[in-house]
Amino acid sequence: MTADVSTERPAAGSTAAGDTLILPSYGRAPAGNHPPLDFTGYRSTALRHPKQPLVLLPQRLTEVTGPLLGDELITPTDADLTTQHAGEPQGQRIIVTGRVLDSGGRPVPDTLIEIWQTNAAGRYRHAREHHPAPLDPNFDGVGRCITDSAGRYRFVTIRPGAYPWGNHYNAWRPAHIHFSLFGRAFTQRLVTQMYFPGDPLLPLDPIYNSVPDEKARQRLIPEFSIELTQPEWALAYTWDIVLRGRNATVFEGRPA
Amino acid sequence: MSGFVTPSQTVGPFFAMRLPWRDGPYVVPEGTPGAITIIGRVFDGAGNVIPDALIETWQAAPDGTFAHPDDPRGASPGGYHGFRGFGRCETAPDGSYRIVTLKPGPLPAPDGGTEAPHLDVSVFARGLLDRVVTRMYFPDEAEANGSDPVLSSVPADRRGTLIAEPLPAPAEGVEGSPGQLRFDVHLQGEGETVFFDV
Ligand SMILES: [Fe+2]
Repeated sequence: MTADVSTERPAAGSTAAGDTLILPSYGRAPAGNHPPLDFTGYRSTALRHPKQPLVLLPQRLTEVTGPLLGDELITPTDADLTTQHAGEPQGQRIIVTGRVLDSGGRPVPDTLIEIWQTNAAGRYRHAREHHPAPLDPNFDGVGRCITDSAGRYRFVTIRPGAYPWGNHYNAWRPAHIHFSLFGRAFTQRLVTQMYFPGDPLLPLDPIYNSVPDEKARQRLIPEFSIELTQPEWALAYTWDIVLRGRNATVFEGRPA
Repeated sequence: MSGFVTPSQTVGPFFAMRLPWRDGPYVVPEGTPGAITIIGRVFDGAGNVIPDALIETWQAAPDGTFAHPDDPRGASPGGYHGFRGFGRCETAPDGSYRIVTLKPGPLPAPDGGTEAPHLDVSVFARGLLDRVVTRMYFPDEAEANGSDPVLSSVPADRRGTLIAEPLPAPAEGVEGSPGQLRFDVHLQGEGETVFFDV
């Protein structure tokens, strides 16, 4: 937190001599880390990816700041998807836990994580969902939590199921949980999916395989943890989520 | 060069289970004095509306500050009541979204210049493997827009895609907000919006 001890704040937009803005900057991921926007294996990209090249935007105030949403959004049952109804949901109870870090290994504290997923049968609770698998009256498949001061998060949920989709003949999405994260800056915003180790559908899934770099792709798969597995109760998976990290501080400003 | 990060994956068709918030479109509460409404639609490369996109906006307060520790000037003392800086709206079946906010102020740039008032805008959708990022500028800021360092970096014939259109004020005696702007997003093709690598 920046201590604001000055009583006279420079006017916004001021360019008075001596003004110096010291801003952090966030590194860009290496080539092959993120999927390309144009990926023929995933049909819906065809009409939805920009054809013009992206314009490089050097990060300024709007990009290095971002919403710091507090825990006023969160209720205690938000992180336990198995206790949101009167009864227990069907399926395999699991714990998904880990840390949110930046690429420099620093924890990202107090950041909102939102998740959504199918139930055990592979069915989403959504009006446009037509997969003929049963809904579970005791499972909504939505959760959220805020990371603690060490960047840790923890969800209790049900292992989601695979589901068919119309991308190509006999296309099935591997089981996954959708994750949305804010980080501390606009540049750190991330929406992704967590898969499960050893899923035979992974090699066949165009969305998972849209990530060009093999090592980067592996970052979408948690590790099974027998240590965190709770005897007689739930299997545990650990998954660290890595957001863009800050470069060493650069002093930028007008020459005095 | 930076280390690997967790790769992006598409938000998919079912994000509306979790991501829309009841007050998501309200960067300030409805009825806040001076509030403006930004409306627009999201289009694909065939010119069809996209009914399953998510729009997010992030912006400075009216005095050009951010309530964030990395704004070295600090947030405005007292702040703006109920101003969150962040807006989120899923598109409707007709591809439309709506954000209610306050107009941001101009911002000092690290090189000593000034950025014109703007919103950073993220677009997520099925078929987008990563979000795309654009900016929305204001039509009544011709002079500030003319010297904005980001707009200046965009080819002149495409700058217009980043500037909202004013909508006619309602006739006198008719209920309605005078501050209505339209900002359409074209993901591809004719009039393709400029997207940024941030
Ligand atoms: Fe999904």
